[in-house]
Amino acid sequence: MAYNRKDLLNIRDLTPEEIEHILELAVSLREINERPIKKVPTLRGKTIIHLFYEPSTRTKMSFDIAAKRLGADTYSISTSTSSMVKGETFLDTVKNLEAMKPDVFVIRHSVSGVPQRIAALTSASVVNAGDGTHEHPTQALLDMLTIKDFKGTLKGLNITIVGDILHSRVAKSNMWGLTKMESEVTLCGPPTLVPREFATVPGVSISYDLQKAIQNADVLMVLRIQRERQKQSFFPSLREYARLYGVTPEKLKNAKDSLLIMHPGPINRGVELDPAVADGPRSVILDQVSNGVAVRMAVLYILAQRSYSQENNGGEPL
Amino acid sequence: MKTGNIVSKLYDSKKISIYMKNIRVIDPVRSLDRVMDVQVSDGVFKLINDNQEIGVTSCIKELDCSGLWLIPGLVDMHVHLREPGEEYKETIETGSQAAVAGGVVAVAAMPNTTPPNDTETVTRFILDRAKACASCYVFPVAAITKGLNGQQLTDMGNLVEAGAIAFSDDGNPVMDSTLMRRALEYSKIFGVPIISHCEDKMLSADGVMNEGKVSYELGLRGIPRIAEQIMVSRDIALAKYTGARVHIAHVSTKESVDLIRKAKTEGLNVTAETTPHYFSLTEEKVYSYDARYKVNPPLRTQQDINVILEGLHDGTIDAIATDHAPHSFLEKDIEFDFAAFGMIGLETSLAVSLELTRKGILSPAELIAKMSTNPAKILNIPFGFLENNGYASFAVIDPEEEWVVNNDDFYSKGVNCPFEGQVLKGRVKFTVINGRVVFAREEYSWLAK
Ligand SMILES: [Zn+2]
Repeated sequence: MAYNRKDLLNIRDLTPEEIEHILELAVSLREINERPIKKVPTLRGKTIIHLFYEPSTRTKMSFDIAAKRLGADTYSISTSTSSMVKGETFLDTVKNLEAMKPDVFVIRHSVSGVPQRIAALTSASVVNAGDGTHEHPTQALLDMLTIKDFKGTLKGLNITIVGDILHSRVAKSNMWGLTKMESEVTLCGPPTLVPREFATVPGVSISYDLQKAIQNADVLMVLRIQRERQKQSFFPSLREYARLYGVTPEKLKNAKDSLLIMHPGPINRGVELDPAVADGPRSVILDQVSNGVAVRMAVLYILAQRSYSQENNGGEPL
Repeated sequence: MKTGNIVSKLYDSKKISIYMKNIRVIDPVRSLDRVMDVQVSDGVFKLINDNQEIGVTSCIKELDCSGLWLIPGLVDMHVHLREPGEEYKETIETGSQAAVAGGVVAVAAMPNTTPPNDTETVTRFILDRAKACASCYVFPVAAITKGLNGQQLTDMGNLVEAGAIAFSDDGNPVMDSTLMRRALEYSKIFGVPIISHCEDKMLSADGVMNEGKVSYELGLRGIPRIAEQIMVSRDIALAKYTGARVHIAHVSTKESVDLIRKAKTEGLNVTAETTPHYFSLTEEKVYSYDARYKVNPPLRTQQDINVILEGLHDGTIDAIATDHAPHSFLEKDIEFDFAAFGMIGLETSLAVSLELTRKGILSPAELIAKMSTNPAKILNIPFGFLENNGYASFAVIDPEEEWVVNNDDFYSKGVNCPFEGQVLKGRVKFTVINGRVVFAREEYSWLAK
């Protein structure tokens, strides 16, 4: 088995082989999404619970479609509050959830580390669907799959990630994943939002100048900028941010023709990304969305199958 | 296991009688570190010099104490007992039981209770409760400012009169430099120390762990080391300018050690403490997202530990305190961001600190000075020495005994021990205050009967 973990909590701890394994499986499962009847019975009888402590339509929908296409039963618990029920500890929460006999929890939370804490207390598998400003592993996996589709490899590429690196779980998961796959990553943004310490990660460099950071890039990942960062003095105004770090056709003048433009969505059009670029020929934003379903199918398959094979000594063939 | 141990209230404890043969007596005040005999007869402590003729009272039990150490009772100058107001986390009774189980005979209780200790009523309440139910001496530290909100000085004179032995807004720094200046100047009337929790609140903001590569990786908001450095620097400047004395609480960074060392070289009246967790744990513990490792100031890096060890070795850091800060699961088994700051330490402090003697950082006498004699001097309380021919306060420990830390076995109500599951070396066997046994581990429980 190329992926033996109980959970998928981050990219930082994964090996290149584990990443490769998930991506290969995603490619083979992707074919299901092109069938007239987009459903296989592989995870029939499996229970997957989506726990979303932070509003998210896209990611939740993507996980839900992935689970259903594999035949699993899904349930979801959403709370609008950013905290768990007041007066309840992790142990209480897990006891309550385990009473539902789930095979996999898919957890999104606005506070970093919650999926990891729950994973440590439950025997069910946990998928981190984005936690605080920590990591968003399935987003990085779908980004890597998309890059591989277009570039044929994940090795030796120059990838620039521009925006609020400090608060971006997408940037961090991609930084770990892409450097593990032996690409070079440039983190670009204002110094207030790009931790210098990341320059110590092998394969990572830092730039405060977007034009320069684009010149050699094969891929440009653009991050969503949050308006509230302005109030916290990370930058003086959105207008100035857009001028310095917004991706516009002019800034792409010296870029490679083959440059891919990616964005995890949803886009602030005209702030971090000019509509002409978002909808332009280099943009692969919609490919990212379709690959999201494939990657999540692969992850759920591996984790749910794991508990299946524990029970039955080998799962149903795909 | 607690079962079998005996812990008594101070007023209700029994006078000890025992003849201890071949015990290693460590007394920093006498510069004594020697294997000898000690007789305690009906509470009266006597060091037996070689060949000394003594009239051994026939009914006193003689015990071979080879391998054991006898030390002055420890003084912990920084604890949170949570009473009044948060008795579900700790009480004066349970906190003082944890103290004596850790060899501690006197604690300084920080004022951030509910209500805070900013009036004589609260100070007297603490002292009354201690008299009624504590196993050790409890010395109240009163607030510098009313309501601990950094706006207006408390009635320091009245608080000292009621029994406060120091002032601190611990947990909250006094951000207003003029107010801190006034507090330092005014405290000179009473000769009591101002204990400063050094943290620039604007810089630490809503941080939850040390700022650096680990916090960025984990996506947790950072508390930068400069938040501590700037305030240590300010308080030293204020102490110099006013000629007052200041005590720097829980030193956690290398920069603070450097600043304090320099201040001492200049002859300023500055003292400092650190805690066992700042010289034994690093921020890497937070990779678990386990809020037991959430503490303020935060766990730092190995480099900081190295410089803190130097500071302990060269005398820059005078004292080891615990900053014992008990919490329940409701504050700790939750999201890291929302969890409370703090760790418990009374029952592990000595064992963790004994490691310093094994590493050659401190001699046993130097260690005991930092855990007993020095804090007693800073607080000006009558502990930290062995009263010969009197009612001494001391602890007998086995420095080699290994034990596995199990939070459930603690007298403290706090669930937040950062050493849970670890094997520690060194254990308190019994603790005596003023000639009375307040704590005895199972095999010595006969002492208290
Ligand atoms: Zn403090």
